[in-house]
Amino acid sequence: MTGLPPSLSRVIGLSGGALDVLMPMHLWADPDGRVVQAGPTLEKMARRGDLTGLPIFRLLEFRRPSRVDGVQALMALAGQRIGLVLRSAPHLPLRGALTTLPEGTGLILDISLGLSFARAVSEFGLTLNNFSPCDQTIELLYLHEANTSTMALSRHLSKRLQAARAAAEAQALTDPLTGLANRRAMDAEIARCLDDPAEAFGLLHIDLDHFKQVNDTLGHAAGDAVLERVGAVLRQQLRHADLAGRVGGDEFLVILRDCEGTAELDRVAARIIAAIEEPVPFKGQACHVSASVGLAASVDYAVRPGPDRLLADTDAALYAAKRAGRGRAARHVPGALPDGCRAGDPKALPPVVAGD
Amino acid sequence: MHGMVNRALQGFLMTTYGDEVWAEVRSQAGLPFADFEAMLDYPDPMTLACFQAACQVLHKPPNALLEDVGTWLVTDEHLEPLRRLMRFSGTSFLDFLHSLEELADRGRLAVPDLDMPVIELDQIDAVSFRIRARWTLPGIGPILMGCLRAMADDYGALAFLRLGGVENGVECLDVRLLDTAFSEGRSFALGRVIA
Repeated sequence: MTGLPPSLSRVIGLSGGALDVLMPMHLWADPDGRVVQAGPTLEKMARRGDLTGLPIFRLLEFRRPSRVDGVQALMALAGQRIGLVLRSAPHLPLRGALTTLPEGTGLILDISLGLSFARAVSEFGLTLNNFSPCDQTIELLYLHEANTSTMALSRHLSKRLQAARAAAEAQALTDPLTGLANRRAMDAEIARCLDDPAEAFGLLHIDLDHFKQVNDTLGHAAGDAVLERVGAVLRQQLRHADLAGRVGGDEFLVILRDCEGTAELDRVAARIIAAIEEPVPFKGQACHVSASVGLAASVDYAVRPGPDRLLADTDAALYAAKRAGRGRAARHVPGALPDGCRAGDPKALPPVVAGD
Repeated sequence: MHGMVNRALQGFLMTTYGDEVWAEVRSQAGLPFADFEAMLDYPDPMTLACFQAACQVLHKPPNALLEDVGTWLVTDEHLEPLRRLMRFSGTSFLDFLHSLEELADRGRLAVPDLDMPVIELDQIDAVSFRIRARWTLPGIGPILMGCLRAMADDYGALAFLRLGGVENGVECLDVRLLDTAFSEGRSFALGRVIA
């Protein structure tokens, strides 16, 4: 005590009761290391009744900054942060700080719950009254509970948003890249048109030519630019009541309403092909693609086909157009082989239909 | 208004009066969705529209409905976590009253952006208190009255509460604490977190 300024070396007397109020988890030991007094909360935690006279090392195990089991060594830790446990609860780390008493009359050790406070409070059965109002452990517990509750609410919200997004995706009818309808929307519209006997409509099945080369040589961004351009072309070339959709990577379907027959479809297809063949500028380069088209008109069927039949027919016609040299349209004629390859080689056609 | 507040109003109406009443309130208030989310924010007029619709649908005066909401916040079994958080405020109802001024900070510890009422407590004599509260929306007086009445029960205290009028947007509440150990109250053990 000699080196301390007068105000800090001044000795005051505190009753045992005062220590209980200020430090409910204190421990006062004599120079032999026996307990003179223990705070009420510490006694509750130790669960062995009155601790008076008990050797401090039988009650506590000192672990940090070093393992200590002698009173002199313990006193040397005065003023330091001490890591310790109750021998009866070695899995709950506690924290302590001690000061020696004047004239070598012993020591006072104050203890607090470490980061295991939540488990400690529960295992020791502590209540609000067991803590000094100055001890923030209660606020930590409060925060711990509040966090648990709000985390549960956040998780709940995340789950609901996830479910809502999944539902929205499942119900989506638009292809996000081109803004055209998607496969689901096209299937529904084709089924609706077929169900309405008054509806005379045509179906174009468009597949881009040379699209893979654009993707391979100029990258996917260039490919996307081409697809967006095709979306714009289809919107431009079609009437308001018609419907165009992207139904695969570079595959499109178009429904044309009030369609008199395949001659009209031929004209529309030719216009679309010509527009798609316009080069698409991308970062100083020009992307060149074309399109092959398979087409069918509902008026050409004596009996309304099912959607699968209709799509298979346009698909076969499309394949015929591809075989005939790409960049052209071919039409399906019910009851006959697709013969409409405008500049095609008829010999290439029969296997297509035969395998269909 | 914070989603927690809106969600509380919805929760109160649904658990107390049923899904159909909530559906009617929602439709009268013109809510564009089925449920409030506790973790989102909503415009104040939406909250007010819901509350006014609830008063009409249930034929209840606003103060009575607000008081019921306050009571429900403390007593509903689904809101046990909230009751527990309130009980952290003090070891007795008297202690709880004295810590009411900390309630706003306590609320913000739990939910940082929650609009909490500013509360002041004056002790008039040994057993009488006057509480003055201000909030972003009118009605904190009756909500607090329902809430405090339920907390007094929770602590086992006997208290009389009365609305004390509104002065410049500050809502007053008079409390007389007649018996701090009137009944056993409900249990509260620390450290019982259920994740």
